[in-house]
Parts: sequence; structure tokens; C-alpha cells
Amino acid sequence: MVSDNSHNPAEEVRIGFFICHCGVNIASKIDVAEVAKFAETLPGVVVSRDYKYMCSDAGQDLIVEDIKNFRLNRIVVAACSPFLHEKTFRTATQRGGINPFLCHMVNIREHGSWVAEDRVTATEKAKAMAQGGVGRVRRHVALEKRREPVLQSVLVVGGGIAGIQAALTLANAGKHVYLVEREPTIGGHMAQFDKTFPTLDCAACILTPKMSEVGSHPNITLWAYSEVIHSEGYVGNYKVKVRRKARYINEDECTGCMECVEHCSFKTGVVDDEFNVGLVKRKPVYMSFPQAVPKIVVIDPLTCAKLSGGKCEESCIPACDRQALDFTQTERVEEIEVGAIIVATGFKTFDAKRKPYYGYGDFPNVYTSLEIERMVTSSGPTEGEVVCRDGRVPKSVGIVHCVGSRDHQTNRWCSRVCCMASLKLAYLLKEHTGAEIYNFYIDMRTPGKGYEEFYERLLEEGNHFIRGRVAEVTDFAMRPEEENHLIIQVEDTLSGYVRRVPVDMVVLAVGIEPQADASVVRRLFNISCSDEGFFLERHPKLAPVSTATEGVYLAGCCQGPRDIPDTVAQAGAAAAEALALLDPGFVEMEPMTAYVENELCSGCKTCQTMCPYGAISNDAERKIAVINPMLCKGCGTCVASCPSGAIHQNLFDDQELFDEIQEVLAHA
Amino acid sequence: MKYAYYPGCSLKSSGRAYEESFLAVCKILGLEMEELDNWNCCGATSFMSIEQGPAYTCSVRNLALAEKKNMDLVAPCGGCYGVLLKADHYYADYPAVRNSVDKGLAAEGLQYRRQIQIRHPMELLTHDPGLKAIRSLVKRPLKGLRVASYYGCRFLRPVAPFDDMRHPQTMDSLMKTVGARIADYASRGRCCGGALAGSIPKMAQELTYRLIKDAQKAEADVIVTGCPLCQFNLDAFQDEIIASHPDVKPIPVFFFTQLLGLALGAEPEELGIQRLIVPGIKILQEKGILGDKKADEKKVPVAAGAQNG
Amino acid sequence: MATLEREIRFESDRDPEFAAQIRRMPGCENLNRCIQCATCSGICPLSTYMDMTPRRVIQLARDGFKADVLNCNTIWLCASCYQCQVECPKEIGITDVMYALKCKAIEAGIKPKQAAPQTLYREFYNLGTKNGRISEGALMVNTVIKTQPARFWSLKMLGLRLLRTGRFGWKIERMPQQSVLKAAIQATPPINGKESS
Repeated sequence: MVSDNSHNPAEEVRIGFFICHCGVNIASKIDVAEVAKFAETLPGVVVSRDYKYMCSDAGQDLIVEDIKNFRLNRIVVAACSPFLHEKTFRTATQRGGINPFLCHMVNIREHGSWVAEDRVTATEKAKAMAQGGVGRVRRHVALEKRREPVLQSVLVVGGGIAGIQAALTLANAGKHVYLVEREPTIGGHMAQFDKTFPTLDCAACILTPKMSEVGSHPNITLWAYSEVIHSEGYVGNYKVKVRRKARYINEDECTGCMECVEHCSFKTGVVDDEFNVGLVKRKPVYMSFPQAVPKIVVIDPLTCAKLSGGKCEESCIPACDRQALDFTQTERVEEIEVGAIIVATGFKTFDAKRKPYYGYGDFPNVYTSLEIERMVTSSGPTEGEVVCRDGRVPKSVGIVHCVGSRDHQTNRWCSRVCCMASLKLAYLLKEHTGAEIYNFYIDMRTPGKGYEEFYERLLEEGNHFIRGRVAEVTDFAMRPEEENHLIIQVEDTLSGYVRRVPVDMVVLAVGIEPQADASVVRRLFNISCSDEGFFLERHPKLAPVSTATEGVYLAGCCQGPRDIPDTVAQAGAAAAEALALLDPGFVEMEPMTAYVENELCSGCKTCQTMCPYGAISNDAERKIAVINPMLCKGCGTCVASCPSGAIHQNLFDDQELFDEIQEVLAHA
Repeated sequence: MKYAYYPGCSLKSSGRAYEESFLAVCKILGLEMEELDNWNCCGATSFMSIEQGPAYTCSVRNLALAEKKNMDLVAPCGGCYGVLLKADHYYADYPAVRNSVDKGLAAEGLQYRRQIQIRHPMELLTHDPGLKAIRSLVKRPLKGLRVASYYGCRFLRPVAPFDDMRHPQTMDSLMKTVGARIADYASRGRCCGGALAGSIPKMAQELTYRLIKDAQKAEADVIVTGCPLCQFNLDAFQDEIIASHPDVKPIPVFFFTQLLGLALGAEPEELGIQRLIVPGIKILQEKGILGDKKADEKKVPVAAGAQNG
Repeated sequence: MATLEREIRFESDRDPEFAAQIRRMPGCENLNRCIQCATCSGICPLSTYMDMTPRRVIQLARDGFKADVLNCNTIWLCASCYQCQVECPKEIGITDVMYALKCKAIEAGIKPKQAAPQTLYREFYNLGTKNGRISEGALMVNTVIKTQPARFWSLKMLGLRLLRTGRFGWKIERMPQQSVLKAAIQATPPINGKESS
């Protein structure tokens, strides 16, 4: 049933067997010399050697020289996992003058010496594995990597500081960037912040120049108030559909003069202002904040009297001297093609109502850290004045750390930024009000340049730090001086006392969690999530901005909580990865893909539903499955699922596997 | 060169052997010590614990007296040295201290301008005559005597002007210079508990026990110190310590100036060696440093004490 | 109301002015820097005897829990060896804080449970300021009689030895001119961390 035409029986198979000591990693448990001696006896093996470090230059040269001297045409290397050194030994094989895919690795370290207890059995197992490798390598055939062109443009999804940084880096390198942002303006969370820690420089002052640069950059196509709705294709060749929501404004005409907002028939705000996290109301026609990019107003159809079908004076229309208002506008879908995608979709903050004993929503003077960010901003809704909802200027403020962090009941992880953000808010609140500030923390985590120093500064300035997770925020007074206050009850684990601290204002340092629709985005770009819901990097140390999908990269908090400096650095890294992909102009694809034996395929589409990479389509005319080798990752699912045995996979041909199994069993 | 000698209270009673030996060594080395007129108690740790204004005034007053004479002040007592040095630093660093002290001193017509050095014999002998000069004058090398130098707290903390705070060496160098062997042990700078010796002896003795034990583990024959409080605490309570910790043996505790003086040719009686509670003569004779006076040996501490006391 | 197993500390138990006064005492200005690493407690040769470790004293002192810190035995057991102070990673003058707290306890008229060290300090101070010098014999005898009368007799042998070796006497040591020291002490403004001083 398996076609065996790839193997040329006329060719004499000459195998070289090379076994590595890996220092003592392998040699301490496996008698490598004995395995080498054994391998020499196997059919087809011409030369067999052991060496201390096969991966060293000298070790590789051994393979290169032996290929030439012994006219070898197959190589088996018994060493570590192919994850580590398959590439090394394939390259050495190629340097010896034969096709790199004629080399096969046998993993006697992770599967042998590291897991074995007994030297004799470990050595026997290594022999069996060696025999299996020698048995299967006979069937290896020469394979070629495929080259495909790479489109010279990049899609950046999300216009927070991560997306902005990535887009500017790529655009400055001469690549065309499509920056797609869901909100009416770019800027993300950073635009909502007042100051940045630990330097306390103004967030807007350092962010808005970058936002304007994005808005005017010739290499950047900025689509705000837009969402990616579809993505297909493969590395270097993605086809993406973007829904551009109707702003009801002619973008080319609007100058952001705000006259229409001024003249809206609603004289005051009618709906929670998202940008100011609900601290104030906004009108149906609005601009998020004065430095918004693009500097264009937007009309919210749900609250606009005209668009929601109610009665309206339509006083906005004559107010615009450029006739930019367009109530007939509908959403559009743009189709673009890009070589790479950077996902920078950010985070949302923890919903403090999920911790009811902190009183958010019940006590008006309990705030989230984001609300306080807006409140202390001079351009914010209170123009920087810190007042409680009851109108009092707080004389004492309690900042509760780790709300929705380090908590198995909500989010298990540390949100990383809240300690420093809380310190910053403590500083600002003290500066604005002179209030006594109490920080309630579990651990202070200040790992970053100048962060510990900032913490020390706050200690020295007399802020109170009470180590203990707050048990509850209550208005139940036990003492006269607690009346009309919110009382924070906590064990101060350092003094050893249970303490009650009455305060006027409570700030909940809410943690960072994945966006609500992270799983939708994940499916859109075919990337994975770790179990908490943040997008999963390919390798936590060595490929932190790559994903399992080639050509899709991550930046910012969508991959995990991080602060602005780390986000910017990561965005730069993602841009660099995209550049490294785009710049050569082509990609090389591994050849270990699956292919369909057309004559056997019945067109049942079983494989199509199984493929996790969407690599299989159906040729309607010929009624057979077609595998796009660019998308195929060589996972083998389709091969196993095909009821007709019509699908094969390079390097994992059935006969190769059967031979390997047979030889292993023969030794056992 | 002339120095303002500040004996402090201990060198006039429990630590008088320190005064005797220090002055004897100075005489041999040609260092002229002129006792400060009308000096007063430095205040030790007590004044500081009761009233800090007077505490600093009392300390700095002695410095001002020396400065008036235009002489560096030499304080052999470790406690006095540490207290005076700290007062000098804090006088410079804290306006509150300076304000109080200046007003206090003004009542006596004194002022302090920080123009003098505060010196300890340990460092003074190492630098002013110098180790080379001392070596050239050795008459009776301390061959074969294994010495554990005990520094205690105040030469090292809170400021260590002349030595490594965590591994001090000055006293060891002096002892090596006169031919002794060094017993190296980690507890050399740990607290002896002297401040509590008179009030909570049990705790103080636990600390002292550790020092003696550690020195004996390093095979020390004797301990030397540069502080009368340490010397007293280590020397006087060995009976009680050994009663609760039989794993330590009696060990003589000398002032380092006693052994220096001996090496430079002074006689044991001039150096107050007979004043030790744990007798020190025997080990010196055993090592052949002192001549064989077997006949008097056993009576030495008592007899000499009676003569000089 | 049932007996509380553990007392709650209310904000009214704190005295922020007290904490501020401590910070104004010489050597105590870095008090607030403390990150509660407990190096002090670990290195202190006497911390095992203390009812509160030095770390906890620092925490309570900076928070202004005056009654707690002034009544602990820690401050009186501190032997002023400065080991904590020189090893403190935040350069807090911990020994100086202990001095400051001792002064404040005396100012507040607190008689500690473990009374001996305070008695010794008082005797020392009185002798030292009155006569200008300490008569060690008198000091030791007075302190031992006042604080450990039972030990007095067990020290008899040591006393005799000290008398014999000339290290101990009944003579009262005095400055030749005590009046000048008295005048200086009287003219010295207190250093107590109070803002007026």
C-alpha cells in the first residue's frame, strides 16, 4: 500500500554511525564505545565512532571527513534531542557533500542516559535505538527546502504603546505597516496614565509625539476604530480582512475642531466616558481626548438621537463648516496582504467587583487604580483635583495591592506592574492632597531600573507600608474615630498585630488580565494561549516574541503583564523579528510536510477537518484533498486520519517508521 | 611628639594594668603622653541612653580640651575611644548635636573646631613609631605564644577608621611584629556583652563563652584586647562561664600593651600582669618567654597584687 | 464581651509625632527606609533574649506604636555593639534608634520589666554627671545590690580578688573641678527630637 518509489535500490547504502558522550551526560550511563562497536556490525554501517562532544567543531568535522573518506550516503548521530542539534548535524552532513536530510538523529540522552538508572539496561536501550535509527535511515531520501517570496508589509494589531513602537520601528526601516486599532484613537492604556514610574515623567508628554508620528508617517496606514475580522495564508503571505466601523464622519474632512461636539443637541454627556473609565459622561459625538490620533471625532450610533432613530435638532450638522458629518456612512471591509503580523492587543484590568469584600461599587469612595490615574491627571475629568465621590478631599488613602492577582480564586499570576503603579499613585495622591497614604501589600516587587530606589524614596517620605493582604473594607466603626470612614482591616504581619486603618478613600490596585476577546483573536491568527489566557510565545526564554505560527509575533501585555519599558523593548524585538523575516525577501520551508497520493484520495475531507493549521483544502474539480506545503507544519495528524492511507509525510513515511520499529524490536 | 592622654575611668581602676602597660610601652618607644587636665567621663553607653544632649557635651568637652592644647587625643579604652569618635562624627553631621554641644561648651568658655585626631594606642603604635621601629626594639620575642586578638565592638563600629570592619588585623600585626603566632578566629569582632555584664550577667556570659570557645578552637594560648571593659568581662567571669560551660578552659586575657611591653623588655610587674584574674605568668614561662621563676610563680598574682594594690 | 485572644491595633494607638521625634534624633534619620529584611534581628547577638526582635521594634517605632516599643525589653538588652547598624542594607542607625527609644522610655518614666540595665545606666549617669568620673567600685556595688542582691554574695570571691589585684577600690573618683562640667551640662539644650529643640 505504500509506494516505495523514492528509494533507489540500486544505490549501495553506506551508513556512518556517530555516538556522542556529551561529556558525562551520556557516557556516565551508557557505554558509548560498546554501542559504537555494536553499530559497526549492523548491515550497511561502514564506519562507527564515538566522540566526547559530537556537536563541537571537531566532532562535526569527523562526520564531514568520514563522508568524504568512506563515501557515506547516510548518517546516524546518537546524541541529544533533535530539538537541540538536528540542525547542527544536518549542516555537517551537507558540508560533507550529501543531502542534509540523509542524516538521522537518535536521542539517547533525554530518552536514554538521563532517564535510565542502570548502566547495562541503558546501554542495551541505546543499542536498540541505534539499530532502529540505522534501520530507518536506509529509507531516507534527498529532500529540498522550498522557497517562497515574502510580502514586504506588516500588520500590527493594536495601537497601544506596544503597537505604536512596533509600527514605528518597521516603518522607519522602510516597511509598510497597517496599524489596526479597535478604539477611535491609538494610545491604549498609556494614554490614560498621568505619570510613568519611576521617573514620574508625564505619560502624555512621551506618548503623544509617538502617536502623531504614527498618524503622519508615510509608511503607516493607520486604521483606528477598526477590527481584524479574518486572516488566512501563511508566513510571508497573509491575507487579512479589516472591518472599518462607521464613524459617521468624513475622515478626510474632519479637522478635530470639536464644533460638532459643542453643538450636539445633548448639552451634557449622556453615557459613561470610556476613556475616563466612567468618572464622567460623554456626548454621542466625541473625541476620546484632545491629543487623539487620528484627530477625528466619532459618533456613537447607539446614543446619537438621530442615528438611534429619535428626534434630534441635528444642530451638529450646520456646526461643521467642512460638512464632515456623514450619517449615511456604513462600515467597510478592507482586504490587505502582509508578510508578517504583530499582535499587540493589550490587556484589560481586573474587575474589582469580583472581590466584593473590598466594597467596589458598594462604597462610593472605593476606586480602582485606573480611576485614580484619570483623577490625578491634570487633563483628566477633575483636572487633577483629587476628591472623593462625596466631595471630600481625602485626608487618608489606603491603597490595596494585589486585587485580582496572586489569587487562585481569580487570577493566579502576579500582575507585575501594580506594586510600582501603586507607589506612583501613592506619590501622586500625597502630592495632590497631602493625605496620609497606607499601602497594603503582600510582597513589594520592584524589579527594574530605579524601581527599588523609588520605593525607598516613598518609604523615606513617610508613606505607610503594611504587609498583609487586606481582609475587608468596611464602614462598620468600632471606635468613634472610625465613624464616617472606610475601615481597612488587615494583619500587619511585620508588627504582628491585626490593625484597623480608617481612611477616606480606598484605591484597589487592580491586576492585569487578558482581553475579554483574547480567544477570538487567538483563533483569528492561529496562535495559542497559556492557561491563564495570555498569548503563548514559542519559547519563554529563547523565542519570547515569536508564536507557534511562523510570521506572527507578540508584543506587550497580550503575552503577559509587563510595564512600559519592557513593552517597548518587546515591541522592538517583535519588529526586529518581522524585519528579519521580511528582509531576505523569501522564506525557506522545512520539507517534512505531508503530501497526498492523488490516486488513493477519495475526497472524504476527513483530513481537512483534522488539520490544526488549515493547510488542507479540497480540490472541488478533482474531488481530492490538496495540502498547502506552506501551511503544513508536519504534525502528521492528516496522515494518521486518512482512511485511505492516501497521505504521506516526508521524513515520516510509514515504511521508515515501520522499519525503525521493527529494528528496535529485533534488538529487544 | 606629645599627645593628650585621655585615660577614662576604667584605666584608673579595673583597667589600671592597661594604663601601666601602655605608659610603659610609650616610655620605651619615646612617645610622650600628657594626661589631659580635668578630663571627664566620656559618658559610655549610659549617658546616651539617658539624656543625649549632656551625653554629647560630656564627650566633646574632652576633645575640646585636647584641641585647646593643640594635641591629638589618645584614648586607650575601647569604650571611650568609640564614644569620643562617634561624638566627633555626629558633632559634624548633626546640627542638633552641634547646637547643643556648642552651647554647653560655651558655659566653660570652650569651643570645638574638629582640628585634632582621636587616636587609639593600637593604631598609634602601628603608625607613629611604626612596626619596623617596634621590631628593632624587641628584647624578648613572644616565640611560640599563640595569641588570639579580640577586637570587640568599638574600634570597628559604627565607624572603623583604621581597620577592616569585618576582619580587623591591626592587633594581629602588632603581635606578629613582636614574634607571636596568630590564632585566627571568626569571632574576633563579635560583641563580648560587656554592657550587660553588670546588669544581666547570664546573657553577657553566653556571648563571652562563644568568644573564648572560638579562640580556643583556634588553639589560642592567650587572648589580647585593647579595651578594659572587654578585658574585664573576658577575664573576671571565667569561673562562672566555665561552671556553666565546662568545654572551655581558663585562658589568660592580656591587654595587648602588656605583651608588647614584655617583648620590649619591660618586667611583668611594671606591666600589671599580676593583676589578671586568670593568671598569665605561667603560660609565658612555659613558652620560655619569661625566665624560670618557679619558686614565686604560684604566689605571683596574689603577692604582686598586695604590693601594688 | 469575650476576652480577646489578640488585641487589635487602632490608628488611635499610633503616635505619629513620636515616630517623627525618633527620626529627628541623631543617627535615626533613615528609620523610614526600613524594608524589614531582618538583618538586624539575625545578626544581633542578643535577639534571642528579646521579647521583640529589633526588626519588629523598627517597624513599630516608625509606625508610631509608642507604648509597644517603649515597654519592650529589646531596647534595654541592646549592648550597643553596633553590629546591626553596620550591616543594615539601608544604613539605618539601628543602635541609635535603640538609644533614642531608651531616652524616650526614661522621659516617659517607664520602668522596664527587666530593670537592671536601666538601673545601671541611671547609676552611671548620676555618678558620671555628679563627679565627672565613674568610681567603678561604687557603681558595681550599687548596681548589684539594687538589681541582683542574690548575686552579691556569689561575687564576693571575685570582689576579693579584684581588691587584691588592685583593680577595685572604694575611692570615689572625681574631676579636680566638677563645677565646670555641671555648668556645661546645665547649659546644654536637650536633644530629644522635639521640634522646638
